[in-house]
Amino acid sequence: MSERSSLRLIVLGVLLISLIGTLVARLSYLQLVAGDSLRAAAANNSTREVIAPSVRGLILDQWGRPLVANRVSLVVSVDRMALDREEDDGDQIIANLAGALDMPQEELALRLVPCGQEGAAPPPVCWDGSPYQPIPVAKDVDTETALAIMERRSEFPGVTAQLEAVREYPRPFNANMAHLLGYVGPVSQDQLDEQGDTTDPARLRSRDIVGRTGLEAQYDDQLRGIPGITTLAVDTVGRVTGTLDITEAVPGNYVVTHIDAHLQAVVEEQLLAAVERARALGNQGTSGAAVVVDVQTGGVLAMASYPTYDPELWVGGITRKAYERLLESKALSSNAVQGTFPPGSTFKPVTTWAAAQEGYDLEGTYDCPSDYEVGSQTFRNFESEGFGPISLQRALEVSCNTVFYRLADEMWLTAGGNAATLDSPDPIADAAARFGLGRPTGIDLPGEAGGLVSGRLEKQRTWEERRDNWCASAKDGYPETREEDPELADYFTALAKENCLDGFRWRNGDAINASIGQGDTAVTPLQMAMLYAAIANGGRILEPHVAKAVLTSSGEVVREIEPVVTGELADEQTLEWLRESLAAVTVEGTGRAPFEGFPLDVVPIASKTGSAQVFGNDTSIGWFASFAPADDPRYAVVMMVTEGGTGSAAVGPSVRAVYEQMFGVAGGVVDPDRSVLIDGEPSADLPIVRADGTPITPGMRTPDLTGDGQDAATRRGSQGLL
Amino acid sequence: MSTAESQTQRYVGAVAQDRQSYLRRMDWWLVVSALLLSAGSTVFVWSASRADLAPEDDPQYFLVRHTINIVIGIVLAFAVSKLDFRLLRAYTPVLYVVSILGILLVYTPLGVTIAGARAWISLPGGFTVQPAELGKVAIILVMALVLAEKRDAENEPRDRDVILALALAAVPIGLVLLQNDTGTALIMAVIVVTIVAVSGAPRRWVAGLIGGGVLAVFVALQVGIIQDYQIARLTSFLNPDGAEGAAAYNATQARIAIGGGGWFGHGLFSGPQTQGNFVPVNESDFIFTVIAEEAGYIGALAFIIGLSIVLWRGMRIALGADDLFGRLVATGVVAWLAFQSFQNIGMNLGIMPITGVPLPFVSYGGTSMFASWIALGLLANVRVHTAAKP
Repeated sequence: MSERSSLRLIVLGVLLISLIGTLVARLSYLQLVAGDSLRAAAANNSTREVIAPSVRGLILDQWGRPLVANRVSLVVSVDRMALDREEDDGDQIIANLAGALDMPQEELALRLVPCGQEGAAPPPVCWDGSPYQPIPVAKDVDTETALAIMERRSEFPGVTAQLEAVREYPRPFNANMAHLLGYVGPVSQDQLDEQGDTTDPARLRSRDIVGRTGLEAQYDDQLRGIPGITTLAVDTVGRVTGTLDITEAVPGNYVVTHIDAHLQAVVEEQLLAAVERARALGNQGTSGAAVVVDVQTGGVLAMASYPTYDPELWVGGITRKAYERLLESKALSSNAVQGTFPPGSTFKPVTTWAAAQEGYDLEGTYDCPSDYEVGSQTFRNFESEGFGPISLQRALEVSCNTVFYRLADEMWLTAGGNAATLDSPDPIADAAARFGLGRPTGIDLPGEAGGLVSGRLEKQRTWEERRDNWCASAKDGYPETREEDPELADYFTALAKENCLDGFRWRNGDAINASIGQGDTAVTPLQMAMLYAAIANGGRILEPHVAKAVLTSSGEVVREIEPVVTGELADEQTLEWLRESLAAVTVEGTGRAPFEGFPLDVVPIASKTGSAQVFGNDTSIGWFASFAPADDPRYAVVMMVTEGGTGSAAVGPSVRAVYEQMFGVAGGVVDPDRSVLIDGEPSADLPIVRADGTPITPGMRTPDLTGDGQDAATRRGSQGLL
Repeated sequence: MSTAESQTQRYVGAVAQDRQSYLRRMDWWLVVSALLLSAGSTVFVWSASRADLAPEDDPQYFLVRHTINIVIGIVLAFAVSKLDFRLLRAYTPVLYVVSILGILLVYTPLGVTIAGARAWISLPGGFTVQPAELGKVAIILVMALVLAEKRDAENEPRDRDVILALALAAVPIGLVLLQNDTGTALIMAVIVVTIVAVSGAPRRWVAGLIGGGVLAVFVALQVGIIQDYQIARLTSFLNPDGAEGAAAYNATQARIAIGGGGWFGHGLFSGPQTQGNFVPVNESDFIFTVIAEEAGYIGALAFIIGLSIVLWRGMRIALGADDLFGRLVATGVVAWLAFQSFQNIGMNLGIMPITGVPLPFVSYGGTSMFASWIALGLLANVRVHTAAKP
């Protein structure tokens, strides 16, 4: 081959080397030299998300009646980017808009400043969302204003008025349910921090509306849904260069509750009536609570707390004034779930069960004197009445304290008396724990209180906590009190000294107080309802559930919430005995008066009254705990009013009224058709939700859906909402 | 005995040698480098294509097809390397005509337009082939045949031979240009100039071709044969931030992706630009961007080195070939692979215009993968048929 050919081949080789060299040089420059700046470009130059919120799920009652729905509200929003394009940074637009919306210009301007920018107000006033998202500045704007804004576009560039979904409370039968349902509000920074970095599409975003309390908070992850996201490719100067991805919003799931809206309305009404009755009797009637549960499933059919508030207050953000009023009225927390109170005599079935476990004869005879003395202390019967030797059932019927005092005193002595150690038995405290007291029931509502069980261990724990204070006070001798009243100071000092030395000791006086639900024992009305439900259902301690199921917005079942048993009480015989005795309480005991004329032969009611003393209050807490029918229990109803007087007088009539409405009792006759419960009992099925998201409510039920040709629901005229 | 006859006898002897001899004479540097390039390409094609696919699609769809393409390519390469040289020469005219017909088929209803170039024909079963890729093989063989025919190695090709070779090459190049496939036409032109140069043709031919090429581009710009948008597209790489349109966007995003890779990259399946689908067609034309973003400088360099080894061995085969035909075939293949790699990587790096040219052995795409491996088969064929040097 020619020299020339080979020479030219070598020239080609040199050319190739230079080409490769060029590539390597360029690659090195891009990756190793310019890398940092290009990486920075990639970071702020990649994507922007435009978020379309999902529709929050509905909360339904067991028949599909919406308890919380959504309504549309005219919302005025401002596009910050459009304002920034104005020569005066949008000052004129803000002034115009403030005039149109009739709000202070300064306030409006502050809401449009992104958080972290100079001059920004602290959250939630400043805007902490994406600058690509329009900033909502006014809700529930009237149509006239909205139209004025939309028609004069040139005056309001970047301002839009559009319909958005906000929470609505249809209040079927005028039921309020504020504590059950809870309310929604903007997501807090704490929640966002707690969530950390995640790419979960259902994650919380900074402008999300989340449930803050009640069912809205408990089932927030179900109700919230997943927002629709359009991911835009944006270059360094913010130009949109393309649409990378569009994800449609997934509407939130529906929460179906065990609540029967009609029954709930009755219970709320009757709780209020009990409070008013207590006041009419000359008591304060400061607060109250009522719970109705299904004793077989633990489903909460109705639950009310007094005082309450209008949940609508929270829609679109609460005003500072309204919030302060709410705090003052103490209406924010639910007394049924978050309030703890001494149970008083409604605790006696627990003491009875404990005595039975210790071998006491339920059919024996026990002395009921007017008072019971222990050392220097005298424990009196209610109104110092004595009944002489009576049966244990009779002791429950008339609520004879001294019988239970003696039982407690004897059991205390058997356990070792003053010489008992922490390991010694403590039958009443043990029984209370077995009945589910002293710990939260596990209801699906946030912030539940666990209460306290008075007993040896609890006393030891309190002493360990307070010993230092007591000992210090014993040393000081209450100098301030001493100036005024040396004698009282001496008494206090002696008491502090005693507490300092052996305040841990579980004395017989403590046991005696505990036996009638006094002392440090504190329970929530819900715990009492579950306790009576356990007696009723044969000893199963159930976890109460407000929610029955979760459905998708098109009606498919996501999950059904099954009953959960958290404990079993042994000794069915004693429970059987208790059911009979408590039924007798209504027939011939303290529960008789309110149930005068009630057809107890058809619907036997098992009940126990209580009048619990609270230190510092003149009048007692009136309790009325019950379940029915006593021979085939379905429902437990517990109601209480603080500073209400006796349970029998203040609360009893209201509990009776609840039962009348549940069983359809009128004029001594039972007619299930008159029951507020459709078909006379709770719904066995889940409500039907149409594919378009509309729940079929009883009012909408057609004869072919119920199948009996005659629609009881329609006849009773229940409300169909939406 | 004429020189041609003696040559023929040598080839007969070579072919008659046993299989062991074939394996022993094979250039393993060449083969292993190409195999590693293709094997390495699979994971990046997978990573890049996964991000494009809808969630309901099979995420391995492109991976599977890519792997099948590679296997078919290797089989083709083996077959080509085993071909008798005489047969290769004998069938060159046939291959030439077939590839011209293939390119013409694009104008029939079978033709498909992809990315602005009507350069594909669709086959049953959803496959498409790009006849121009095979046109490159045809040009190499037909030019080598014409320029090396009937001469002994010491003689230079006559003007007549050069004119005939150029005329034969001009037909497919012209057709490809008409299909708007500038990138392929450019590569073909580089192949032609290189083969003419290495054939030992008079210097005026080499100078004339290069000068003519420059002039042609200049005239095309002046007369307006190339339209403004085409100029914009081709020059957008010079100033991507200022330019508008898809090409500028591609160039910017690719550069951001590569720059973000750093020394070791973001890791497979983790390149934000790749997985966010910022760089289009990143499993084929922009596969190098994916490699640079996810495997970093080290990974990108490994691929450049792999391609360089292939070119180095190709140069050695061309230099060592003991007849002009073999040398010209090897030279044509090297010029092809070299310029196409440079063009592709260069456009990924933003120093070459964006033309739809795949990276040999690496990019996703059946025809390109087959063509790369056929090219490798040609190199191997020349290698195993070269008499062992003492």
